[in-house]
Amino acid sequence: MSGTRTETGGLIDRAEILRFRFDGRDYTGHPGDTLASALLANGVRVLGRSFKYHRPRGVWGGWFDDPNAILDVGLDGNAIPNCQATTTPLLDGMESRAVNAWPSAARDVKGGLDLLHRWLGAGFYYKTFIWPDWHLFEPTIRRMAGLGAVDGKTIPDYVADQIHDFCDLLVVGGGAAGLAAARAAAEAGQDVVLVEDHADLGGGLFRRGGSIGGQSPAEWVAEQRAAIETAGGRILTRTTAFGVYDHGLVGLATDRGFARAPRLTRMRARRTLMATGALDRPLTFADNDRPGVMSLQAAAEYLGRYGVLVGRRIVVLSNNSAGQSAVAALRAAGAEVTEADPADGPIRALGGARLNGVQVGDRQLACDSLLVSGGLTPVVHLWRHAGGKLDWSETANAFLPGAAPEGMAAIGAANGTFNLQAALEEARAVALGKPPAPSASSYTIRPLWPEPGAKGRQWIDFQHDVTLKDIELAARENYVSVEHLKRYTTLGMAADQGKTSNMAGLAAMAAIQGRPIPEVGTTTFRPPFVPVPLELYHGAQHGQLLNPLKRLALEPQHRQAGAALGEYGGWLRPGWYGGKPARDAIRDEVRMARTTAGIFDGSPLGKIEVMGPDAAAFVDFVYYNTVATLKPGHIRYGFMLTESGAIYDDGVIARLGSEHFVISCSSSHVDGVEAMLEIWRQDGNDPDRIFIHDATQHWATLTVTGPKAREILGALVLDLNLSRDVFPHMSFRETIFAGTPLRIARVSFTGDVSFELSLRTAKAADLWAALTMAGADQGAGPIGIEALSLLRAEKGFIIIGKDTDGETMPHDLGFGGPRQKKKTAFVGDRGLHSEAANAPDRRQLVGLSVPEGSPALPTGAHLVTGDKPRSEGIVTSSYVSPTLERPIALALLARGAARHGEVLRVWHMGQVRAATVTPPCALDPKGARLDA
Amino acid sequence: MQLFPCPFCGARDEREFHFMGEAGKTRPDTQQPVSDADWAAYLYDQRNDKGRVREVWMHLPCREVFGMQRDSVTMQVLGTTAFRKAGA
Repeated sequence: MSGTRTETGGLIDRAEILRFRFDGRDYTGHPGDTLASALLANGVRVLGRSFKYHRPRGVWGGWFDDPNAILDVGLDGNAIPNCQATTTPLLDGMESRAVNAWPSAARDVKGGLDLLHRWLGAGFYYKTFIWPDWHLFEPTIRRMAGLGAVDGKTIPDYVADQIHDFCDLLVVGGGAAGLAAARAAAEAGQDVVLVEDHADLGGGLFRRGGSIGGQSPAEWVAEQRAAIETAGGRILTRTTAFGVYDHGLVGLATDRGFARAPRLTRMRARRTLMATGALDRPLTFADNDRPGVMSLQAAAEYLGRYGVLVGRRIVVLSNNSAGQSAVAALRAAGAEVTEADPADGPIRALGGARLNGVQVGDRQLACDSLLVSGGLTPVVHLWRHAGGKLDWSETANAFLPGAAPEGMAAIGAANGTFNLQAALEEARAVALGKPPAPSASSYTIRPLWPEPGAKGRQWIDFQHDVTLKDIELAARENYVSVEHLKRYTTLGMAADQGKTSNMAGLAAMAAIQGRPIPEVGTTTFRPPFVPVPLELYHGAQHGQLLNPLKRLALEPQHRQAGAALGEYGGWLRPGWYGGKPARDAIRDEVRMARTTAGIFDGSPLGKIEVMGPDAAAFVDFVYYNTVATLKPGHIRYGFMLTESGAIYDDGVIARLGSEHFVISCSSSHVDGVEAMLEIWRQDGNDPDRIFIHDATQHWATLTVTGPKAREILGALVLDLNLSRDVFPHMSFRETIFAGTPLRIARVSFTGDVSFELSLRTAKAADLWAALTMAGADQGAGPIGIEALSLLRAEKGFIIIGKDTDGETMPHDLGFGGPRQKKKTAFVGDRGLHSEAANAPDRRQLVGLSVPEGSPALPTGAHLVTGDKPRSEGIVTSSYVSPTLERPIALALLARGAARHGEVLRVWHMGQVRAATVTPPCALDPKGARLDA
Repeated sequence: MQLFPCPFCGARDEREFHFMGEAGKTRPDTQQPVSDADWAAYLYDQRNDKGRVREVWMHLPCREVFGMQRDSVTMQVLGTTAFRKAGA
């Protein structure tokens, strides 16, 4: 036991005790603790195991700069994997365990893997498991080297809010510089937002200790906070700016920890100030990964913020002046501190999982904690996300912000201004848009970087087990670019994303190659700066809210009629009705529609109105078929094509007047057709002479189809002659029903007499009631979309996207007329005469019949012939026809139109069956039923 | 996330916009013979310039199609052009 809780100090609430578990043992902590600070206070040293060698790992950092302590945490039956112990606030009842360790971090059974390290260097997996196949080994290796386990359960109410916000000035970081800047700007009248990822403001002040402006850090921070809020500034704590995106958008994650759902703020600020501070770098020496070796700044942080003294007997190794206040604070708290100069010779940490000393040159020093500082590295991630440049500073021995990205500035330690007074002055000036006064830095550092060839195992990346030798190996194998080095060795790919390892890694590469550090450069900084829950990105947008179903106005009536509702093309629609099994229900509905009539809710059918003086020429251009010659009161079936000539949609177009058309496109295709019309309307046309209005959801459509359709419609007592001579197939009438306009189209998707009745959605229930009542007298009733799909297949009518693919052209379906004869230009005209369009082996629509007694063919099966079969086509639709009492199918088949009568083999999942090519239409090919 | 200026609605989130292609392509007059090469170029050839580009976009909520000049490297928006006739 080395870490202890001090008697006083810190921001924790000592009056309240929180109970929690780690690796099966009970501990206590206080509100204000993180999991890491509470475990350190309880004397726990080993909080994790490294990724590859399963070496014991203790806490290195004080906040997001820790690569070692990664825990699976549970609370109230909910679990979140891979929580960083150093940033996860402690809550009462937390259950935690170290990832990648069993049964515990302290006694991990795979710890023995470390003995094999000589054979497990960088690139080991690529070189060893290449033969015979990586995939043989992958599952085992992934189980052995891993992070936390996902339990697969959804946490109730864990739904992220997503907020769009705006401000004049966003200050990232609530340390001394950030607070000073936010106050200056807010008091000057700017709309200021200050974000800080700790629960408390103050940042590095609690590490530094001492006084500021004659006040204690806590008093000074409270005063700044009050001043900012009085001036109208907003302060968001527990909020991390995790990325800067295009056009200066800053992503803010609030509560990315536990127990509360995270919140995403998309912040648009006129200016962003980066006051993100600086991180302490590790020193690279033999066995520098031992638990008990810790960042000096982090030790100061645990003391100042959490009241935890990490050790009693401490050796400090530091090459810079920033740690002086920390040393003083540790001594004041009662620790025995020995300072050693890291330049005095080779360094080696002594002891095993329990550190007991350090060798520096010839000196051997006993200690329970070894606090090291390799110099301060400004946190410049957001700067680089935004495209800002970095300049190497010889005096600071670090990359500092250089040329600024638009709308951004850096202040304080993030800008290399490590002196507190200078940082405050700089912050106040920059906040008001003034240049900061130059100031002499009190920070001194002697360069101390990894030495290639040094003895012992010297860790660069603690979590991913990348040592100095691995970097030397990578250099020998010519992975010398930092981006290659990273991917070959996994340097910087750990959960901390190189916050502790990147500088040492690239400095090692620079030393190996004898190049200056700035020439080697850094890897790309990419968002997110810290791990954020995926929940943040989708928030409430999942399931029904991501892709809401469109609902029918008559849904209550369908439910009352016993409809089996399902999603069809984005709509919730009746698949069939009644309590029977689907197959029986669909069969009975088809038979009813063929003998009496079916009543079908076709409301999702597209109803796009095109109006205006240029409407006729416009629809003639967007349609494959000639529409200009269509007379008012009539309807034409046709296709819309893409410019490559492929069919985009099929449907009917009705002409209501000389300047008024209604396009009835496929139910699932309305949005796409409307967009296509809108694009052409504005491209090459005068948009003030053509008007497009999608009225699909404003009109309900009910279809009556079957031999008794005319009788059922007659019962509605409409002011309309329904006789076939006066109201023939493919004509259109407008009348009145129950005081509201009713549009009736005589079109048929079933091959039987059909009337499509459309009226205002608000009146749909009246029409449904009238039709079903009249239908009942004739033995007719509702049919679902499954029955309709079968009825149309009996007639060989296609469904776009099912019986066609992205290459099908109209002449493949037997509609070659306009391709040869249409005189005016239309969308896709040139594409219909390409080499591909004229190819002799194009796949054409056919029907298939099977030998008597055979079951229906599988949809998607391949059609093959000959000794060396290759697919000549596929089955696109297949049913057992209740009307014909035999299986029917539609298919796309190479040269199919000329192959009627040919017997083919149908191959599916290794099974082969026989089928005969037929015309697509299997029922009433002469169309007698249509004119009945 | 980018902000695009719709000439009619002002600055809006990029998710409200639909990219329709590079500007400057004119549909060949298909009433006259058009070679396979010319038609293929119209359909498929993209300049994919690095740097300043001229593109056609649609602002989905208002349905207006307009031209936008951008820098494909810096993502800076350099300007927009309304296609609608002046005074219409």
